[in-house]
Amino acid sequence: MIDMTTQPIRNPNADRSADVATAHRRVRPWRVIVGILLAIITVQIIVFLVTNERFEWPVVGEYLFNPSVLMGLGMSTMLTIVGMVLGSILGTMLAAGQLSDFMPLRWACITFVGVFRGVPPLVQLIFWYNLAYLLPRLSLGVPFGPELLSWPTNDIITPLTAAIIGLSLHEAAYMAEIIRAGILSVDQGQRDAAAAMGFTRWHSFTRVVLPQAMRVIIPPTGSQVIALMKGTSLVSVIAMGDLLHSVQVIYNRTYEVVPMLIVAVIWYLVVVTLLTIVQRRVERYYSKGMSRSAVARRTVERVEESA
Amino acid sequence: MSAHEDTTPVLRVVGLRKSYGGDQFALDGVDFDVYAGEVVAVLGPSGSGKSTLVRCIDQLESIQGGAMYLDGEMLGYERHRGYIRPLTDAEIAKQRRRMAMVFQQFNLFPHWTVLRNITEAPIKVHGVPVPEARKRAMDLLARVGLADKADSHPRQLSGGQQQRVAIARAVATQPRILLFDEPTSSLDPELVDEVLQVMKALAETGMTMIVVTHEMEFARDVADRCVFMADGVVIEDRPSDEFFRDPRSTRLQAFLKRATEARVREVGA
Repeated sequence: MIDMTTQPIRNPNADRSADVATAHRRVRPWRVIVGILLAIITVQIIVFLVTNERFEWPVVGEYLFNPSVLMGLGMSTMLTIVGMVLGSILGTMLAAGQLSDFMPLRWACITFVGVFRGVPPLVQLIFWYNLAYLLPRLSLGVPFGPELLSWPTNDIITPLTAAIIGLSLHEAAYMAEIIRAGILSVDQGQRDAAAAMGFTRWHSFTRVVLPQAMRVIIPPTGSQVIALMKGTSLVSVIAMGDLLHSVQVIYNRTYEVVPMLIVAVIWYLVVVTLLTIVQRRVERYYSKGMSRSAVARRTVERVEESA
Repeated sequence: MSAHEDTTPVLRVVGLRKSYGGDQFALDGVDFDVYAGEVVAVLGPSGSGKSTLVRCIDQLESIQGGAMYLDGEMLGYERHRGYIRPLTDAEIAKQRRRMAMVFQQFNLFPHWTVLRNITEAPIKVHGVPVPEARKRAMDLLARVGLADKADSHPRQLSGGQQQRVAIARAVATQPRILLFDEPTSSLDPELVDEVLQVMKALAETGMTMIVVTHEMEFARDVADRCVFMADGVVIEDRPSDEFFRDPRSTRLQAFLKRATEARVREVGA
């Protein structure tokens, strides 16, 4: 009994006078109150910023593009990039090591992560900077045997290398945990399928597991990059010419502390905002194929772009 | 089976034992052979070890005893100066390239298109030139009725479509033997048939297949032989028609009776 002219069933006795399509918006009193409060606070902040002369905005404007400030900004950015690249590479190796089925390797990696995640980066920086106290000379050679090459530690450990070593190791420990969580989020069936197709472990890890882990890895990594960018301000204590150090040098001379800190704040916010935009783009790239809706959304975007 | 006596089986399993730790054995001495072109259905109640068996054959699980041979070559181990020792990961990966597996949960790679899912192994693992791999993949997609889905992502497809892609992906590597681990068990009932049709067509091409399944009709109509497992051992291993017409063991008789009753309930409803 298939009716080819199928009609939906309608209830003839129902009251059809109400139709939500004609509904009005409802006034929400709490939203009105919170909205007014936010508006008042915003206006107050703006008035404070504009009318308080101690901000010395002309001084801020004068030093914003000062060459030594820009040098400092460049140094901070460079440290962030180098720290992140080295930290991610080492972090990936540590994460893979922590998930290895070879126990000594696993424990070595777990210990490394525990130590370098536990020691504050400031302490580490000072420690690496003073490495010469523990090891006057750095040497390459046979363990417990003859030395082949050696250098005075102080020739190698400059503020720059101490900063790079300290920040990279700290970053590696955090990235190891983030990447490990990402790897564990990938379904075991994916590894089974890759293995069943005869992929090598390397191929399976780099082409199947990591790209899918990225979806989980990227958001905390974005926060990590931002934390590292801000963390570069710590290197000013070992006389590294980063952004904070560069404004400190100026205000130690001119005593214009607040406006110079504002200069630094503006640049930190600019860089962090740019990094956040990059993070969003990368996130979108790795969401490829992960949900039906994400795919549909991208298709719509493509259609809109081409229109 | 006398026809096989002078030939090497594609797969020979001898005294296979598997335990997940402890003294419980999921497989406790399994023996069986599969010859070229045969379709063997593995049946049994859940927990009988049938999924474990195909996972062991593809070396996705470690084994604790016995041995397996693919075309006469030991799987996962080798003889070395009178001892037996495990192969390296790379050697195991090489052996797996001569087999392929279709999983219950499909396990397609969600970050790749359907086409790349199928071409990745032929191109990267087997060294097939890209244009040829693509052409073969498109032919296979046409055979499983999904030629228009080459550029889709797996999660945009229904379960039945995903499983058909997974079968195409497995066949694309031109395996000596194709393993199916309950290929229709996670599908909605109305999607089971399309997958079974593809498997039947594949069996008719002469592909050597081991199919772990609960689909009795498929086992009877398509499989050459049926293997009945219970508690980690093979209880019956006979040509399909005999298997269903004349079950010898009481375990199999009870199993078939339950399956028939379930089928009657389903049809009656």
